Amino acid sequence: MTQTAPARPSRRRRSGASSESGISNAPIRTRALTKRYGDFVAVDRLDLEIRPGEIFGLLGQNGAGKTTTILMLLGLTEPSGGTARVVGLDPARRPLEVKRRVGYLPDAVGFYDNLTGRENLRYTARLNGLGGSEAEEKIEAVLVQVGMADRADTRTETYSRGMLQRLGIADALLKDPDVMILDEPTTAIDPIGVVEILALLRDLVRERGMTVLLSSHLLSQVQSVCDRVGIFAAGRLIGVGTVGELAERFGDGAAHLEIELAPARATGSGGVGVPADVAAALHGIEHLELERFDAVHGAWHAAVRPASASEDVREAIVTAAGLHGLRLISLRELEPSLDDIYRTAVAGMIREPEPAAASAEELADEQDLTEVLE
Amino acid sequence: MTAAARNVNPGLAGRSAGWRIVAVKEFADHVTSARFYVLLAVLGLAAVVPLYFAADAIRSVASQVADTRFAFVELFLYAPSSLPIPSVFAFVGIVAPLLGVAFAFDAINAERTDGTLPRLLSQPIYRDDVINGKFAAGLASITLALLAVVGVIAGFGIIRLGIVPSAEEVLRLLAWLVVAIVWVGLWLAFGLLLSVVIRRAATAALIGFGVWLFVAIFGQLATGLIAGVLAPIFAAGADQPALATQVFSDTIQRVLPLTLYLESARVILNPTETTVSVPSTIAQVAQWQQQVQGQPIAFDQSLLLIWPHLVALVALTAICFAAAYVRFMRQEVRA
Repeated sequence: MTQTAPARPSRRRRSGASSESGISNAPIRTRALTKRYGDFVAVDRLDLEIRPGEIFGLLGQNGAGKTTTILMLLGLTEPSGGTARVVGLDPARRPLEVKRRVGYLPDAVGFYDNLTGRENLRYTARLNGLGGSEAEEKIEAVLVQVGMADRADTRTETYSRGMLQRLGIADALLKDPDVMILDEPTTAIDPIGVVEILALLRDLVRERGMTVLLSSHLLSQVQSVCDRVGIFAAGRLIGVGTVGELAERFGDGAAHLEIELAPARATGSGGVGVPADVAAALHGIEHLELERFDAVHGAWHAAVRPASASEDVREAIVTAAGLHGLRLISLRELEPSLDDIYRTAVAGMIREPEPAAASAEELADEQDLTEVLE
Repeated sequence: MTAAARNVNPGLAGRSAGWRIVAVKEFADHVTSARFYVLLAVLGLAAVVPLYFAADAIRSVASQVADTRFAFVELFLYAPSSLPIPSVFAFVGIVAPLLGVAFAFDAINAERTDGTLPRLLSQPIYRDDVINGKFAAGLASITLALLAVVGVIAGFGIIRLGIVPSAEEVLRLLAWLVVAIVWVGLWLAFGLLLSVVIRRAATAALIGFGVWLFVAIFGQLATGLIAGVLAPIFAAGADQPALATQVFSDTIQRVLPLTLYLESARVILNPTETTVSVPSTIAQVAQWQQQVQGQPIAFDQSLLLIWPHLVALVALTAICFAAAYVRFMRQEVRA
């Protein structure tokens, strides 16, 4: 993971940003970063490199070490071993400079509920050395950006969880950060709120060209916004890459199909083919393995090995259905979800992560998000 | 970590301003909070009652004795003998711990439970800025309340009773205020320690007030009891057992910070107090007998008498604050 990522052309470099990095301009980079609490290893020799301008998802179950990693990146807890570089600086030694340039949305962010949203932000602005009309303008700007301008002058005790989350993002944006770290930004928010928050994040990255690290345990929620994800289990990073890459690596190298067939003439059972009949019809098709029957949808799940044979297999299925007097109701390829990847990855091997293979060009092809940045 | 960071971090703009920003915010929170007004009312009420009796007593005495000196400080020292009402200075001694604990028991743990601590600490300030700022804000708030109450008493004395303080009396009053602030500071530091160590604000408040209650009510009783049991054993071999017993129980009493405060406040306010403790050697007894009783001593002499008390109070405050500070610096940000 030593390849240098392309520089962000749109970002201004502040002085001292790359004074210590030299080799790479990755906004976040760790080498064998370790945190131990007594005998318990919370983070185990973590090697992580996050590229400029990307949204990186750190995924793992609760207690996998995500928050501990984030706290080490912010200099809020000291690593037991290894090194971290955030915007080119060591957060354990120069926490103030790091915190000046990194916006942080903590897990279950809170505000002083006797103050209004605006007053809370004013306090943060002052702590960041902003005052007077400059601060007021900036506060108004970030409030508008997160869509909280109309509620900014009510006390935060009346805010919903989603509003607090938005205010938290505004709070982190106040310092005009180069890097934004969000710990579980979608927890405890209703599904619509999650979509809104993630859309907001995507817009912000597009507008500001920041680098974003977000952690989550709800993989399906964040896979739509992340350029790359890292899968975290028991303090170790067990896989890094785009969702597609991870599917390839942790998947079984097969394409998965959902096949629904019914008899051409309706039988007493209600139109859906008897699973055994369907299985018999599909038996013998090359590269196709039937895996399980989904009784709810009345469909078979099948794997195609190798995945490249998918087209031929589909044709063969249509042919076979005709031969056996069955009607094809649906035939679709199942997208590998991150949850599936995660499950196999965690259940399977706990092994050293291999260097991420994706180049920046590939990323740009996959995500329109990156196109905007390039 | 922080000390090292400071060394490698010269020339960062606004480096020292962190604690001040925290303090300003906390101070604003304090003085607009309900608890500030409740405590101001309690303190005010407690000042008015003894003042009423003191004014009464001073009026009657002043008509007889034309040259009543130190009538002004008498306003703070007077305790009506007919009623169980403490003097102003003694009352401050009892209420100050309440104030100190009330303004600090939730300083850190509330930030933790509200989820504001990680956000606060992720701002470009040092971690100790938070605890320093909170201590400063608490002390400033209570000082404000104390000044207000003392101002009312002094104003009442000057305007209604026509007692104009001499320069020395003003000096004594200010010195007493410093002692009182240190005394409050001790409890503020104690409250801060509780707020760092105990995760639940309600538990911290209960423990804080429990300790205060113990010190205020059972403290004298407990130390008296201990002294009563131990002193005879301790003084058995002494030349003058009675005197040795007294000295011993005095020492035990001074384990209580309340005794330290009450003794120093009494001596610093009242120029006619010439001793803090009973004379314990033959020479001291002789000296004491030679003194003209009731003759006032100079301010610096009073200060000299209570200097050890003051040092002890400041040291206790420093220990409490240092304990809170160290614990807070080492604590994990997460709950």
